[in-house]
This record gives sequence, C-alpha cells and structure tokens, in this order.
Amino acid sequence: MRTDATKINERSPYTDLTEGLQMFSAGTAKNFNTGEWRTNTPVMDWTKCRQCLLCCPVCPDSSIPVKDGKRLEFDYDHCKGCGICVKVCPFDAIIMKEGIEP
Amino acid sequence: MSVKAIKERMSGNEAVSYAIRQVAPEVMPAFPITPSTEIPQMVSTYIANGELDTEFIPVESEHSAMSAAIGAEAAGARTMTATSSAGLALMWEELLLAASNRLPIVLTLVNRTLSGPININCDHSDGMGARDTGWIQIYAENNQEAYDNYIQAFPIAEDPRVHLPVMICQDGFITSHAVENIELMEDEPVKDFVGTYTPEEFMLNPGRPVSVGPYSVSNYAMEAKKLQEEAMERSKAVILEVAKKFGEMSGREYGLFEEYRTEDADYIMVIMGSAAGTAKTAVDELRDQGWKVGVLKLRVFRPFPEKEIAEALKNCKAAAIMDRCESYNGNGGPLSSEIPAGLYRSKVMIETVSYVYGLAGRDFRVEDAAGIFRDLRDLVENGKEVEQFKYIGLRV
Repeated sequence: MRTDATKINERSPYTDLTEGLQMFSAGTAKNFNTGEWRTNTPVMDWTKCRQCLLCCPVCPDSSIPVKDGKRLEFDYDHCKGCGICVKVCPFDAIIMKEGIEP
Repeated sequence: MSVKAIKERMSGNEAVSYAIRQVAPEVMPAFPITPSTEIPQMVSTYIANGELDTEFIPVESEHSAMSAAIGAEAAGARTMTATSSAGLALMWEELLLAASNRLPIVLTLVNRTLSGPININCDHSDGMGARDTGWIQIYAENNQEAYDNYIQAFPIAEDPRVHLPVMICQDGFITSHAVENIELMEDEPVKDFVGTYTPEEFMLNPGRPVSVGPYSVSNYAMEAKKLQEEAMERSKAVILEVAKKFGEMSGREYGLFEEYRTEDADYIMVIMGSAAGTAKTAVDELRDQGWKVGVLKLRVFRPFPEKEIAEALKNCKAAAIMDRCESYNGNGGPLSSEIPAGLYRSKVMIETVSYVYGLAGRDFRVEDAAGIFRDLRDLVENGKEVEQFKYIGLRV
C-alpha cells in the first residue's frame, strides 16, 4: 500500500499505516526540526573561510547548503553538531561552540 | 490433474536442494552448520555445474547470512538461506527484522538441538526457540514433505496478504540424511507453481523510492506490530489455499495438520516431525488389537492452529502432547503450554498428558509410542495417575 507520508500522523489508526512502516517518499527528514538534538554548535568565521568546500560533502546531515559554488550558512534546523566540518576545515574557519545556539 | 511424478530416492537435504534448483531463488547467503551443511554444498555444486544461476553469498556467520538475506530481499530479489541449531540462534536478532520488515525470505531449517551439552542430533529446540520471531513455521515428517513444503513456502510468503518469512523445518539426520523414496516433479510445473517474483515494493526500483526498516517512535511501533500479527493470522487461509493448489498439481494433500486414524479415536497423540511416522506405526499396531487410537501430526506450528486443534481433539477422551523440546519452565515444552491453553479457550475439557521425547537425538521407538497410548488408557479407564512432562527413554 503506497501512501502519502504527509497524511500519516500520530492519530492515524493502525490500519492506515504501511507494512513494516515502509516509507514511500524521499527526503522526509527535512520536514522535522532535528537540529534541536544538538548539544554543541559549529559557527563560521567568515573572515577565514576560502570557500574550498571541503566541509560540504563530509556533513552527514547535508546541513551545509551550497549555492553558485559557494557554501552558505549552516542549516541549524538539521545540524546535529557532530563537528566533522570543524575537523576537516584546513583554515580553522569553523569553531565548535558549547550549547545549541550558534 | 496431477503432473508426472519422477520416482527417486533421496535424503531430506538432497530433496530440498533439488527443490532449490527448481525454484532457483535469485540470492542465497549461507554459512555451513551440521546437519544442514549439505544444502549450501549441493546448491554450490549445482551453481558450479551451470545448472543454477542463484547468486550464492559465502558469508562469515549466520548473523551475516540473515543480514544479507534481508538486504537482498528488500532490494527485490527472491532470497533463501539454510541453517541449523546454533546457526539459527545466531540469526535471532535478524529473524525478527526479516519478519517485522515484512520480507518473504524462505529459510530451510534442519532441526538440531541447541547446546549444551554440545550435540549435533535432532530435536526441535532451535525452531521452537524462534517461535515468537514472527516467522511462519512448517514442519515435515519426511523427505517428501520437506520437498513439497519448500515449494509451497514461496507462494505463501510472497502473497500480498502475508508478506512474512517462512521457515521450512525437517528433522536433522533422521530426515536430512536418511535416504527414502520420493516423488519429485519436473522443473517446469514447479517453476510455474512458484511463478516469477514480482514484489509490489522493493528498493532497487528507480523512480519509486521506499525506505525499509525506519526508526519508529512509540506512537507508531505498536501499530506496526498489530499489522504484523494480523498478517500472521491471515497466513493460515493462504497456507490452505496454496496447499490446495499444490494438491491439484502433485496429488499430495496438505493441511494445517494431518489427522491419522483419528475419526473415532479415544486416544490421540499430538506430535510434530519425523516421530509422527513412528507414532503412526504404533497406531496401526494398536488398531490391529482393537484400540481406538490416532495421531494428530502438526504441520503448521506458526501460525498456531489453536481452534482447529481443539476441534480435532474434542471427541477423544485423552490426548498425549509430545514436545521434542524442553522449555525449562516446569511445564514441558511449547506444545504442552499452547495446546491445553487452546483446549481451555475452546472449552474442550479432555484429559491431556504432556511428554518430552527425543531430545538431542534420543530414539523414539514404536514401543515408546505404544506405552504412551497405554498411559492414556490407564488414566481414563483405571483412574491411574500419570506423570506429566515425563522424559521418554530416560535412564532412571
């Protein structure tokens, strides 16, 4: 039974759910503000950033958007604060800050 | 009309391997373990000889075998594996995932005891240990039934009303290694019977994304489990439909259980697997002496045909419930818990006596079965106290 994931919610009767809770739509993670799980937050020092873009592909949560060949501000609604971008940055342009606020 | 029968002689492992060649599942991850080792070995030989194009994955453990089976089945491939005993135990976590992700994998289990003491011979403690994993379980009495059940497993598992994995069980060594006569079918009718696998949803399906096995919060998980439970209930009707279709093709009849000379029986033995043949011989001998005795051979253990068993036993005076497994709970094995519970719920108040037999390959003889029928008669006619959960053949 292929269903529209947006029509299933916490009040749906069990008979409306899918077999094994299979999901039939892609990219639904963006609909949830999972950034609130974060305990530490990466913050940009734009004066040091050379736009080498090494940080973007290593982000496990696709939380470093790229537009016209340049990285933009973090997507804090989905960043979990893992700190991989901090480790990979060759220019120390990203620092980890304690707490959920950037 | 039945298809042409090929008369052969084979062991249970050979029979299942022959059926695997005929069904030709797309993927088979497996790790060898006695007494099921011959199955991956024979399948590998078929592949090496160019008679089978199944993708055989030699894995490093049974945990990996079931993990790979889950991945392959979710990707959209018809998948099977084989194991025994500790191999099934090592799969345990993945068995539940296969069922809850509603993946119609087929596992051919060659029943062997679980350690300890370490032992390679037959009892049902491996299969019974997996009784609450959400797998359909079908037990065979002999090589013929192992062959026939394997072929029926795919249409049951893959039916959209079911979508659950199926375990096809045969007794280690007794069935798996003993050579008996068998009637095989030709390749084409078997292939037509199982059909081409066309899953409704699968992962390697461009343009139709699906996520299998997502994390579920408490607000959804219980609902998913209820859906799974209902599929198991529905599978009972599907098992019977498939058996009927199989009967039309092969001329061999199957149900949830077999009732052997039970129609007017005062005393019935409920038993699973190869020992049912021994019990039938005892029944024939006692019938010749004028006893009204019969055997109920349980074929489908999951889903458990509780009401159907109660209905089949309601007219007898006493039933012997035979477990080839110990539950270590002070109450015998699984059948001796589940059958009396079902009798009670159906208000069938017959006498039942539970026995434990055949652990770790202990022989179960015709005279053992006859002695049990004598126990039942002594209980009913002479009011003799009969020991519950007695170990048959134990040295005392």
